[in-house]
Formats: sequence, structure tokens, C-alpha cells
Amino acid sequence: MQDLTEQILELVRLTSTDLPQDVEHVLRQAVESEEAGSAGRGALETILKNVELSRANSTPICQDTGTPIFYVYYPQGWSTRKLRAQIESAVAQATARAYLRPNSVDSLTGKNSGNNLGGGYFPTIHFEEVEGDRLTIELILKGGGCENVGAQYSLPFGRAEGLPLQAGRDLAGVRKVVLDAVYTAQGQGCAPGILGVAIGGDRGSSYYASKEVLFRQMDDTNPNPELADLEQRLTEEANQLGIGPMGFGGKTTLLGTKITSLNRLPASFFVSISYMCWAYRRRKMVWEDGAVSYS
Amino acid sequence: MRQINLPIDDETIRSLKVGEPVLLSGVMMTGRDAVHKWMVDTFIKKTRQPSDDDLKVYEAIKPLLNGSVIYHCGPVVAGLDTKAYRFVAAGPTTSIREEPFQGDVMRHFNLKGVIGKGGMGARTLAACQEVPGVYFHAVGGAASLIAQTVLKVLGVYKLDFGVPEAMWVIEVKDFPVVVTMDAHGGSQHAVVEQHSKEVLEKLLSQA
Repeated sequence: MQDLTEQILELVRLTSTDLPQDVEHVLRQAVESEEAGSAGRGALETILKNVELSRANSTPICQDTGTPIFYVYYPQGWSTRKLRAQIESAVAQATARAYLRPNSVDSLTGKNSGNNLGGGYFPTIHFEEVEGDRLTIELILKGGGCENVGAQYSLPFGRAEGLPLQAGRDLAGVRKVVLDAVYTAQGQGCAPGILGVAIGGDRGSSYYASKEVLFRQMDDTNPNPELADLEQRLTEEANQLGIGPMGFGGKTTLLGTKITSLNRLPASFFVSISYMCWAYRRRKMVWEDGAVSYS
Repeated sequence: MRQINLPIDDETIRSLKVGEPVLLSGVMMTGRDAVHKWMVDTFIKKTRQPSDDDLKVYEAIKPLLNGSVIYHCGPVVAGLDTKAYRFVAAGPTTSIREEPFQGDVMRHFNLKGVIGKGGMGARTLAACQEVPGVYFHAVGGAASLIAQTVLKVLGVYKLDFGVPEAMWVIEVKDFPVVVTMDAHGGSQHAVVEQHSKEVLEKLLSQA
């Protein structure tokens, strides 16, 4: 079996230091919508300068290089045990080269492992066997600030006091809790953010799916027309909240919303929201016919 | 843009108003979750006994913090093996997690400011009025850019907390921030939250 450690190390470097074009494009559009001289516009201009600098110098866009979440789609015959070892080796090397911050902390002792490994759950790796000869590895680096403002609602959901929030088990209810989550996050998740939303599942599968959907492209359209409409409406309405870049106030609170659904139990109706910061670091590597390509 | 040198005097602090962009220069220290808990448990509420190392570090950081600012940051640092430390990426972390501690830490160490992101709450705002102090908001995620304003790493304390959680003493030049909480009770975060709440109420009342 081919050793892909070097190629995976490059995937990590690219993800941490080079923001994808589709994300940079929407950030550039957002600058134009903010008032000249406003703090919100200033924040976006700083963000774009930082994106260019990180790419040119090959340094992390954000110091919180987050949880590395890998999705590996492998052809029959590859060993997931060996692939895991290669990914772990690449992650440790990327940490030594300062592409990643040492981020793996023992929850009981508080000790940082120093190399982003530890306990078998760090980094996060999902494996799925696929047909054909092509091996694909997708990586997202998800920082702690935005992970902390993620939320899961069990519908029906209502707030007893304060906001008039009554959300039922339908898309109208989904809309309400998603808006509540964006309001609650304020600028804490490094707005402008991108939402990954999963409707249904159990608590675990629902959160998983809310992260998987973040691998979609910024400008794609949901094949389900009802969800496509809701994605657009939620982004527009969230931007009416006026939270703005960094929570400074302004028109750009969300850059986009991506929604997926999965089957649920009759008794359960979860809505899971993963908030991704503007430093939307996700990349893909393909290994086919002995050659690697990145996007 | 207005340039301010650290340490900062009270008159300068009181002259700063919400919305004002500022470039900071001078010596400051990073400190986040583990550091704030350690400071409060060991030296302010004294719920745990200090070790000899704790006492040594305490004496060393007191003059560094007096009149200066603390930066909520867990940097990416190169040169860990040779101790020729260099900041590679150093944007702010979310400040609200320090809300239970920050006011007490500001008063205890005479901290004139906090740099972070996302803003802080009523307890820190009260401490800003008392000490006096301000909250400087840096741009979250602008880590490569901010690292370029770090001229030198002067030292590090409590590296056993881990690289992100240690206290890094740094000299910065023209570190870009915006005042979002001032010494007069002004908070941009409270204003934005109130406005967004009103909009949300309207949106929730629609089908």
C-alpha cells in the first residue's frame, strides 16, 4: 500500500494556510456591502489582508487550527489502520512545522499532548469505502470559538421568557431555532460565519451531518428546492440582525447556510447547527493513478 | 490612527471611546483560560496553595501586568525546540469565557485593558469603569497579520499549561485593535445585542 504521509502533510499545510477561493470570493463581496469607514468593513479588510499574508508566507490563517476533521473515502483494498497511522504522522509533523497549533488536551489532567494526537479521538477521522480506484481525503479545521457557539435544539422548542420563540416540528420551526442560534452566537463565533444545519437524526448523527454539509461549495444550490429556499432565506434574515463582522455591527453576519436532513425517530426532531467561522478552512486531496491533486 | 504605548495612564484610558481604532505598542502578556483560573484560585480567592514556582511566577508577572494589558491569545509558536521563540500566528481567542474572572484580575493586577474578541459582559464593564480600563477588540482569525506586529518574544511563564495556555511576554509594535468597551460604561456589544434582539423578535413573529 502506498504511503501517503507526505501528501497528507501537504493537505494539512494547504488547509491551514490557504483559504479556498470560493470563501475568499464571498468575503470580497461582503466588504463592498459594508459602509465605508465602519468597524465592520475594517474587520473584513483586515481579514482579507490576513488571508493574502497567510497564503504568501505559508503561516496559519488562524492560530486556532482547531480540531482536524478528516473524511477518508478509500477504494477496496486499502487498510484503514495504516491510513490512520499516516494521518496521525502527518498531523504530528504539521504541528512540529507550526502549520498546526498543539491543540489536543487531556480533559482530566489538562495536559497538552504537544503533537495534536491523543486518546484515539484526536484528530477526528471518518472512513468510508467507495467504488473505483480513487482515494479522496477531505479535511476541515474547525476552531474552538465557533464550535462553542454551535447548538442543538429538540423540537418542539419554546422559550418560557424573553424571546417569543415557539418552534414546531416543521421547516418553519427549523427557521426559528436557526435564527435563535445566530442571535445567541452574536460575534463570538468569528462572524461572518457559515452555518451547517442538520435536521433529524439522533443527537450524535445529527451533529456529524451538520459538519459534513460544510464540505459543500459556497455557491452551490441545494438539490431540494424547499431547503434551497430556506438556506437563502436564513442567510438573508440572519444578515438583518445587524450583528456584522466580529459582532461590530453591519450587514454581513452570515456568508451562507447549508442544510441537510436525515431520518429521525418518531419521538425525536433534532436541529443541529454547526457554526463555521469566516476562516472556513476545508480542502480536498485526491489520489488516483499514482498522482495527487488538491482542491 | 491613534497610537498608544504600554503601559497606559488613567487619563489616556479615560479618553478612549467605543468605536475608536487604536494601534498598541509596548510590552504585554498573553493569558487565557488556564491562566485566569490559576490567578483567581491561587492569588485572589486563594482556594489553592501556591507552589514555589507559582510564587516566583507571580512576582515576575506583577510588574509586567501593572498598567499594561492582557491578551486573550493562544499563539502558534515556532522555535519550541531551541527556545528561540517566534510568534507565527497570534489572533485573539473568545473573551467571554474569562467573564467570571476578568474583573477581579483587572483590579488585582491594575490591568488597564484586555485584548480579545467577541467582547465581555457586565462584570468586566464595571471593572473597566472602576480601574479604569478598556476592552480592545482585535480581529478574530487575523492571526498571521497580528503575529507580524509581534517584534519579539521576551519570555514565557507556565509553559507546562501547554503552548496555547502559557503566559507569553511579547513586545508589539502597532498592534491593531478597536475599543468596544470603554471606561465610561459604553459597550458596542451591548448595543449590537439589543438591536439584534429587537430584529429577532420581529422575525420570529413572522411565519
